Amino acid sequence: MQIERTFWKVLIAFAAFGLVLLIAGKHPLQAYADTAVFVLGSLEGFTELFVRMSPLVMAALAVSIPARIGLFNVGGEGQIYMGALFATGTALSLAHAPSWLLLPATLASGFAGGAVWALIPALMRIKGVANEAITTLLLNYIAPLAVGYMIFGPWRSPESLSYPQSPKLVEGARLAVLPGTRLHAGLLIAAACLALCAYVLYRTRWGLEMRAIGGNALASQHLGLPVRSYIGACMAIGGGIAGLAGMAEVSAIQGRLVAEISPGYGYMGFLVAWLAGPSAAKTVAMAFLLAFISSVGDVLQITQGVPFAVVNILMAAILFSVLCGGKRAGALQ
Amino acid sequence: MIAVLIVATLAASVAAGTSLLYATLGEIVAERAGVINLGLEGVMLAGAAAGCAATSVTGNPYWGVLAAVLAGAAISVVFAYAVVDCGANQLAAGLSLLFLGLGVSALIGRPYSGAIIHGLPSMSLRAPLEQGAAVLSVDALVLLALPATALVWWALSATRWGLRLRAVGENPAAAFAAGCNRRRLQYQAVLLSGACSGLAGAHIALAVAFTWAEGMTGGRGFIAIALVMFARWNPWAAVAGALVFGGAEALQLQLQASGLDVSPFLMNMLPYVLTLAALPLTGRAGRLAAPAALGRPYTGVE
Repeated sequence: MQIERTFWKVLIAFAAFGLVLLIAGKHPLQAYADTAVFVLGSLEGFTELFVRMSPLVMAALAVSIPARIGLFNVGGEGQIYMGALFATGTALSLAHAPSWLLLPATLASGFAGGAVWALIPALMRIKGVANEAITTLLLNYIAPLAVGYMIFGPWRSPESLSYPQSPKLVEGARLAVLPGTRLHAGLLIAAACLALCAYVLYRTRWGLEMRAIGGNALASQHLGLPVRSYIGACMAIGGGIAGLAGMAEVSAIQGRLVAEISPGYGYMGFLVAWLAGPSAAKTVAMAFLLAFISSVGDVLQITQGVPFAVVNILMAAILFSVLCGGKRAGALQ
Repeated sequence: MIAVLIVATLAASVAAGTSLLYATLGEIVAERAGVINLGLEGVMLAGAAAGCAATSVTGNPYWGVLAAVLAGAAISVVFAYAVVDCGANQLAAGLSLLFLGLGVSALIGRPYSGAIIHGLPSMSLRAPLEQGAAVLSVDALVLLALPATALVWWALSATRWGLRLRAVGENPAAAFAAGCNRRRLQYQAVLLSGACSGLAGAHIALAVAFTWAEGMTGGRGFIAIALVMFARWNPWAAVAGALVFGGAEALQLQLQASGLDVSPFLMNMLPYVLTLAALPLTGRAGRLAAPAALGRPYTGVE
C-alpha cells in the first residue's frame, strides 16, 4: 500500500508542477514528453539516469544513516564538495604513486573529506551546542568556497584561462568509465555502500543498537549504549559516503576539480532518503525518480529557457504531498 | 586607514544587518509559537524575486516591498498547512519550503536576472574622513527596523495575543485547556515570519544589490536561524546579533575593497564561520531559553 500511495503522491506533485509551469506560460506536457523521449529514446539519455543515480544514492545514504538514530544531516552537499576536495588533493600530491596505491588512497581521502565535514556538526550536537540541521546547512556554504579557493589559487591549472579548474588527474587516479558512455565505477561503489548499510542495519548488533537509539535515545543511553559514539560514527560514515560521491564526480566524470561539482545532489539525496526511509530497494527507486526529475530540469532549461533551479518546485511538491498526505501520521510514527 | 575601515564597516553593517534583523524577528515569533521554520532562506529568495519583479513592472520600489511581503506570507501558507494542520516534521517541511522558494524565485526572477533596478530611495549620511567618506545609506526599511523590533517585543511580551502565542510554544496542551486557539496562533506566527522574511529578501534585492540573481540571499536565512538561538529568542538581542553578523559581511566587503591580498573565497567564508563559532557562546542558559515545545508536532486533542 505504501508504494501505491507514494506513486499517487508523486503523480499529484507532477501535476501541480505542470500547473505552475502552465501559469508561467510554459508547456509542461511538452516538457514531460520531451524528457520521456530523451530518457527512453536515446542511449545517452538513458545511461545519464544511472550516471546521476550513483551520487544520489550515496547522498541519500548520507542522510539515511544518521536518520536511523534520529539525526538530521542536511549537509550532503557540503560533504560532497569536501570529498571532492580531499580526493583531488591526494590525487595531485601522490600523482607519481603506482595505480594500486593511488586509486585506493584517492577513494579513502574522498571518504575522509566528507567524514571530517560531518564530524563538525556531530561534535556540536554531542556537546549540546546546536542542532545538526542548522550547522550542516551552514557548512554547505563553506565547502564550495573552499573548493573555489583551491582552484582559483594553489591548484589553478595553468591551461585554464577563463574557467578556473585544477590540473587533470593522472590516469591512475581515475575511476573506470564504460567506453562510449558516462557510466562509471561510482555506481558499483554506491551499490556496495547501499548493500553494506542494509546488512549492517538489519543483520548486525550495531544495526540493532542504531534502531534502538533511533527509537528512544534516552532509554538507550540508560541501557548503557554508547549514544555519543553512535552520533559521531553515523554522521562520519554518512558524510564519508557523500564524500565518495564527490570523489567519483572528480575522478570519473570531470577528471579534475571544478567549481560546480554537484548540481544539488546533496539536497536531492535528502529527498530520496526522506521518501525511501530505511529500505534499500526504495532508495534505488527514489534515486531513479530524482534522476528523472533532474532530467526534466535539464530539458526545461534547454528547450523552454526555464532555469534548472525551477525543478526545485517539483521536489518541494513531492515532499509536501508526502508530508501532508498522512495526516498526523508523521507525529505518531 | 584602520579608522576608515572601521567606520566604513560599521556603516555597511547597518545595511547588511537590516535584512538579517527582519528575518530573525520573524523567526523569533514563529519559534515562540513552537514552529521552527528552516525554510527562511527560500522565503527570502521568493521575497527578493517578487520585489524585483514588482519594482520593474510598476517602477515604484514600495510596491516591490509590498509584493515581497505578500509573496513571503503566501509561500509560507503551504508550510503552515503542513506543520500546523498535518503535524508534519517541521525540519523536513522547512526544507521543502526552501526548495519551493528556490524554484519559485528562479521562475519569477528569470526575466530580471542581472538587470539593474531602481531600488529604494535612500538618504546618505556621510562621515567625512581623511580618505574618502564612509556612507551610511538610510532607506525606509532601515528606519523601520528598530520600530519593528519594538513592535515585536511589545506584541510578544505585553499583549494577550503574545502571551497566548508563547503559551502555545511552551505547552500546547495546557494552552488548549486554557482556551487558546493553537491552530490560529501558529498560522499567524508562521505567516508573520513569512512576511518578515519576504521583507528581508526585499531589502537585499532593492536596497543592497539592486538586481536579481539566482540564490542571491546566499545562506542569510540560515544565519538568521542561528541568530535566533544566539539572541535567546529575544527581539532586542537580535538587533545586536544582526549588527555583529551584518558586520562580518560588511567587513569582508570592506577588506576586499581595501585591496587586502587575501583570497575573496576565504573572506566570503567569514559570516558562516563566525556563525558556527558563535553558537557555542550561546551557553547552556541560552539553550534553556528555547520554547519547550519547539519543533514538536502537536498530537493532543483539539
